[in-house]
Amino acid sequence: MEPKNIILHTEHLKRGARMVPFAGFNMPVRYSSDKEEHNCVRNGVGIFDVSHMGEFFVQGVGALDFIQQVTSNDASKLVDGKAQYSCLPNETGGIVDDLIVYRMAEEQYMLVVNAGNIQKDWNWLMAHNRGGVKMTNASDEYSLFAVQGPKALATLQKLTDVDLESIAFYSFVQGSIAGIDEVIISATGYTGAGGFELYIKNEHALKVWEAVMEAGQEFGILPIGLGARDTLRMEMGYCLYGNDIDDSTSPLEAGLGWITKFTKEFTNHEALKAQKEKGIERKLVGLIMEEKGIPRQGYELLAPDGTKIGLVTSGTMSPTLDVGIGLGYVAVAYSKPESELLVQIRNKTLRARVKKLPLV
Amino acid sequence: MNLPAELKYSKDHEWIKVNDDNTALIGITDFAQGELGDIVYVEVETEGDDINQGEVFGTIEAVKTVSDLYMPVDGTVLEVNSTLEDQPELVNSSPYEDGWIIKIKINDLSAIENLLSADQYREIIGA
Repeated sequence: MEPKNIILHTEHLKRGARMVPFAGFNMPVRYSSDKEEHNCVRNGVGIFDVSHMGEFFVQGVGALDFIQQVTSNDASKLVDGKAQYSCLPNETGGIVDDLIVYRMAEEQYMLVVNAGNIQKDWNWLMAHNRGGVKMTNASDEYSLFAVQGPKALATLQKLTDVDLESIAFYSFVQGSIAGIDEVIISATGYTGAGGFELYIKNEHALKVWEAVMEAGQEFGILPIGLGARDTLRMEMGYCLYGNDIDDSTSPLEAGLGWITKFTKEFTNHEALKAQKEKGIERKLVGLIMEEKGIPRQGYELLAPDGTKIGLVTSGTMSPTLDVGIGLGYVAVAYSKPESELLVQIRNKTLRARVKKLPLV
Repeated sequence: MNLPAELKYSKDHEWIKVNDDNTALIGITDFAQGELGDIVYVEVETEGDDINQGEVFGTIEAVKTVSDLYMPVDGTVLEVNSTLEDQPELVNSSPYEDGWIIKIKINDLSAIENLLSADQYREIIGA
């Protein structure tokens, strides 16, 4: 299938973006340099067009019960204007997708899912929607911009009367940005650099994009591609679906116990609870290289004596630390921070150390 | 796209600059460095080795990807650009000059004729 273009496709080309097919969309992977874009977000402000992400609306009587059943986190804790990170467990111990659940109003929710999983999640949710809760796939109607970095707030504050400082992490308001009403302004992100994500109807996307670029000019704002998005999230140790979590990884193994709440019933909760009680056998950990080399997805992880103990699931050169970093699953005996291990990089075994997340 | 006319090119995106003494410099093209993004590591451990055309002589790592480097002609690796150890970004900023990767001795000079001209390479990459 031909990848789809996001609404601002030509705008990105004008700004020099290298577009690559990703999760069914042509996406900007880089405008200038991965490192420059990465550092721009860590130290200033950058804007990502992540309009490939999917948005589902779930509403009506039974919406909360339905969400409680299909997600692992406890959505009953949400109040209007609050969001939570969560996942959709499958029935065989793995994860269908990770997502953010927004409570828009009582019995009205927005689910934000990974672009590559839009159809899969939709089918999964429809199949489990036994109460007949109304579901709408609005993915093709919304653009999503992530404005991230220590200067994100100052940039966006110039465009809105909403007091952005008062929006706590994983909270949101619906307000006006750059004269466009009903923008969902969400204090979330995938960078660890702080900032906001803006959900905008497609017809207003260009106007908001241009306004943010202009407002951020004094702070040196740059458009940021998926390349830097990936290095930023890896430094924080955030999971990427398809790399670090998938249909075969348990949320407990992935370090997502904090969004797996056994105070309620949900898909496969009994088996996951049993896994928790018995103890997991492998665990997703952060790694920092102690020798010159870069871990990459699929490389083997070895104990100091050479025994295979796991696999790298994500890796890169960290622009912040200027060393190779990664995430990977290891046997639980080697998962403690500061554990020493080896990474098989081509024909060499190089030393690395397990580190507490975030890595920066 | 900067593609100096005096160089020869391979389909694997290497360039080769032949000197008078049957030696040559090899690096990656401006197009290749742009596709890869920030180069963070160049690993060549074949100094002194005889390597056939099309075989791997090293590895180049960008922030996001790792790629093999291929010999454009049969030859012996005489020298590796040691500056790249501390400044791999030279491959980005100066792909045809300071960012050269290896110096080789060419086995058979006539093999050069089988490589691509700048115009032929330009056509391949659609630039």
